[in-house]
Amino acid sequence: MLDTKNGVALAEEDAVKKQSQIKEILKRLCKNKLAVLGMVILLLYILVAVFAPLIIPYDFAEMNILEKNQGPSAQHWLGTDDFGRDIFSRILYGTRYSLGLGIGACALGLAIGVILGCIAGYFGGWVEELIMRFCDVFQAIPGTLLAIVISMLLGTGFVNTVIALGIGRITLNCRMVRAQFLSQRKLEYVEAAQATNCSKVKLMFVHILPNAISPLIVNTTMGIGGTIMMAAGLSFISLGVRPPLPEWGAMMSAAREFIRYYPYQLLFPGLAMAFLVLALNLFGDGLRDALDPKLKN
Amino acid sequence: MAALVELKGLKTYFETPRGLLHAVDDVTMSFEKGTTMGVVGESGCGKSTLGRTTIHLLESTGGQIFYEGEDVTHVSASRLFKLRQDMQIIFQDPFSSLNPRFTVEETLKETLLRAKRATRKTLDAEITKLMDMVGIARRLRMSYPHEMDGGRRQRVGIARALAMNPKFIVCDEPVSALDVSIQAQVLNLLQDLQVEFGLTYMFVTHDLSVVRHISDNISVMYLGQLVESCPSETLFEKPLHPYTKALLSAIPSTDIHNRCEQQIIKGELSSPINPKPGCRFFNRCPHACEACYQAQQLREIGQGHFVLCHMAEKLQADIHAEACLENRTGQMC
Amino acid sequence: MQHNEKAFLSVRDLVVEYTSDNQVIHAVNGVSFDLERGKTLGLVGETGAGKTTIAQSILRILPDPPARVRSGEIWYDGQNLMELDNNAMRKIRGAQISMVFQDPMTALNPTMRVGAQIADGIRLHSGCSKKESLVRAQDMLEMVGIPKYRYREYPHQFSGGMKQRVVIAIALACNPNLLLADEPTTALDVTIQAQVLNLIKILKKEKNTSMLLITHDLGVVADTCDNVAVVYAGEIVESGTLEEIFDNAAHPYTLGLFNSLPNMSAGAERLRPIAGMMPDPASLPGGCSFHPRCPKATEACKTERVGMHTISGTHCCRCNKVPVAAGRGEGL
Repeated sequence: MLDTKNGVALAEEDAVKKQSQIKEILKRLCKNKLAVLGMVILLLYILVAVFAPLIIPYDFAEMNILEKNQGPSAQHWLGTDDFGRDIFSRILYGTRYSLGLGIGACALGLAIGVILGCIAGYFGGWVEELIMRFCDVFQAIPGTLLAIVISMLLGTGFVNTVIALGIGRITLNCRMVRAQFLSQRKLEYVEAAQATNCSKVKLMFVHILPNAISPLIVNTTMGIGGTIMMAAGLSFISLGVRPPLPEWGAMMSAAREFIRYYPYQLLFPGLAMAFLVLALNLFGDGLRDALDPKLKN
Repeated sequence: MAALVELKGLKTYFETPRGLLHAVDDVTMSFEKGTTMGVVGESGCGKSTLGRTTIHLLESTGGQIFYEGEDVTHVSASRLFKLRQDMQIIFQDPFSSLNPRFTVEETLKETLLRAKRATRKTLDAEITKLMDMVGIARRLRMSYPHEMDGGRRQRVGIARALAMNPKFIVCDEPVSALDVSIQAQVLNLLQDLQVEFGLTYMFVTHDLSVVRHISDNISVMYLGQLVESCPSETLFEKPLHPYTKALLSAIPSTDIHNRCEQQIIKGELSSPINPKPGCRFFNRCPHACEACYQAQQLREIGQGHFVLCHMAEKLQADIHAEACLENRTGQMC
Repeated sequence: MQHNEKAFLSVRDLVVEYTSDNQVIHAVNGVSFDLERGKTLGLVGETGAGKTTIAQSILRILPDPPARVRSGEIWYDGQNLMELDNNAMRKIRGAQISMVFQDPMTALNPTMRVGAQIADGIRLHSGCSKKESLVRAQDMLEMVGIPKYRYREYPHQFSGGMKQRVVIAIALACNPNLLLADEPTTALDVTIQAQVLNLIKILKKEKNTSMLLITHDLGVVADTCDNVAVVYAGEIVESGTLEEIFDNAAHPYTLGLFNSLPNMSAGAERLRPIAGMMPDPASLPGGCSFHPRCPKATEACKTERVGMHTISGTHCCRCNKVPVAAGRGEGL
């Protein structure tokens, strides 16, 4: 029979496994095969980005007019562009810019958007009104236009482009977080934390935010792909990252006039971007599932 | 015995687009140390709002709250901080009252540290002690709420309230969402804890059989007002307010051999928004008359028996007449 | 085992499983019972016992996958519902067998007017015109105590109790012979519950409808049922008439349920709850499924499968420790 106190069995002192949260999440993530695939591909890209200068066969800016517009060959694995530059090297090096711009801008937008959204969602009242109207104004401006205007104000270059793209993402994150807060705020565990003297800051960031963050993770990882594409757009109109820096978008834009004759010049950077976005999507989905303890199985 | 907590004319109103919602309207109650006051009523009666206002989770609009003789209706932040250690709450819904991302340990850890009931060094021992006290198996320490069933989750909620070492606990329908056999376990636990720590409970529920079992005194609420208040047994033997009688009669009894005619009250609740003065039950009351339109007074009819109805004495006389026909097992007809 | 040809509804050896994530959840494990015309059978049990699954199986509205009826027969009015095709089943659902669901808040379509929701079923099963079906819908509303003119309103304009009346109106609109009521008053206040139960009783009497009432509330059972079947971990552990169960409960689980009730007669200082918890249907204990919590369990209970034993008359119990009526063999 059970040894009970009020009908509940008290087990003997089990060794309390202090499993760290991170290990738990990683374990759950690894069970999802597609997510693992996404992670692996993403990791490859990141490694390439980090070690680019060491692994590229040719200098990305090295021009060789004699070898221009050559198709894939043993010497130039992915061919050369209109200036005789090795496409393979440029793609590898370009990983830095694309990933950097995408992640940087999204991280910036996430950080600021989350803080604003937390404040708006938790406090309500005029604070919320002010922040939401601020978002309204910014959202009324088309995203690309906004990025262009800010880019023109700040000038070209990597950091300026990150800021220009990041600002456009603030309102999205802010709204999402606020919406989550509105629904979480009504739940009793929030009242319980208040009743046990939890400070407002802790309540916002330690209690509610982790329960609100799930949709944002997926949104952000998917957003990186879109941001990379917008960066390409900026580069096309001579804002963003200027040539000769090998940003994929710029490469694809430049290759458009040659699409009939040398389609590979457009194809390869495009494929590189496509695989990166796919990897981000798979990983983002898996991460969302892994972070949600309710789906734990 | 001195009252630990006293409510005098407590009011909680909410502004809504359609008008002023009188959630709690002029409620006077007294909680003696070590006893349980049951607050019963159906949805919309304001009992949950009353509970939350008492422990300052909601702001009162009028009236007073006394704790150990001190007026704590409006307190400074630092006084509130200390007050919260004495007055705690257990919630109804075991699903939403725990943070889904916190394990049992994390939930309790946080509360213990904030209440300064434990230091980093003594934390583990204190958590184990709390878990044992409420009967949660030790192997569940690192479990998440969704991995446990309702009964266990509720125990975690109770442990969290106890972590603050309170003297007064508002139990807001703590067993309503649980299965019958688990209900019984949790009710026993609450009673044991009350005896062990000398706790005082405000036990809010809609279930009259539960409240009879656990309460010393009972207050019945209807649409924000306190309509009847008396010792537990008196309520079941001699209810006076027409609503209380209807409520008792509506409960389906498990005694199949003594089936009484159920008094089915017609109609629905009137609106708590901008209510007219006078009795709020009059549109459903079998004894309604002209005098019901006037504001009613809470009067003491018997020993410690308060009723908000001008017909109370007349109805009391009727009960004496019925007593001869009434079934003596304590079942109310 | 032969079904009872005289009974109006006869369920035999129903087994239903859910598969999820490579786990098999044994929701219903060989349930058999009979229901006579015009009577009410109460299926009593706690959450997870499998009562709702049984009702959904009768109507064949189980989500398939992940649920699957492994085996069993459901004889209704001479036909085995398990053998009918979808079209034939559609003719029966709503017209001959109806269901009242637990949560009135979510059982109604929030974007459709109430009258239209009732009229839909009428039109489908009787083939009458739209106009006529609306008229009949209004009659139904009146029958359940809602003013006729409210047929044009939307569900959100009604309170919980009134919504449940609308749900009952929908269920009874086509004069079904069998009503499956799944915890119809659990979500309602006790005074509204009294109104709704009263309504159900009156309507049932008027139309001689048979009813399968699923509930965990023994008070509701005492008030409305003629026969009772107690469900635990997907099996019926005790069944009989109302008097047999309430006066002479035999199975330790049934006794435990009665003892857990803080019932209205005062005096009991401490409740006597049933120790432990309902087993996980994905991993049921061997032998008798109640043995881990049973105060009378012996070694044999852990391994032996237990059949239903007749105690007296129609009173059966699934327990080896209960004295069996001499000379009687196995019951259901």
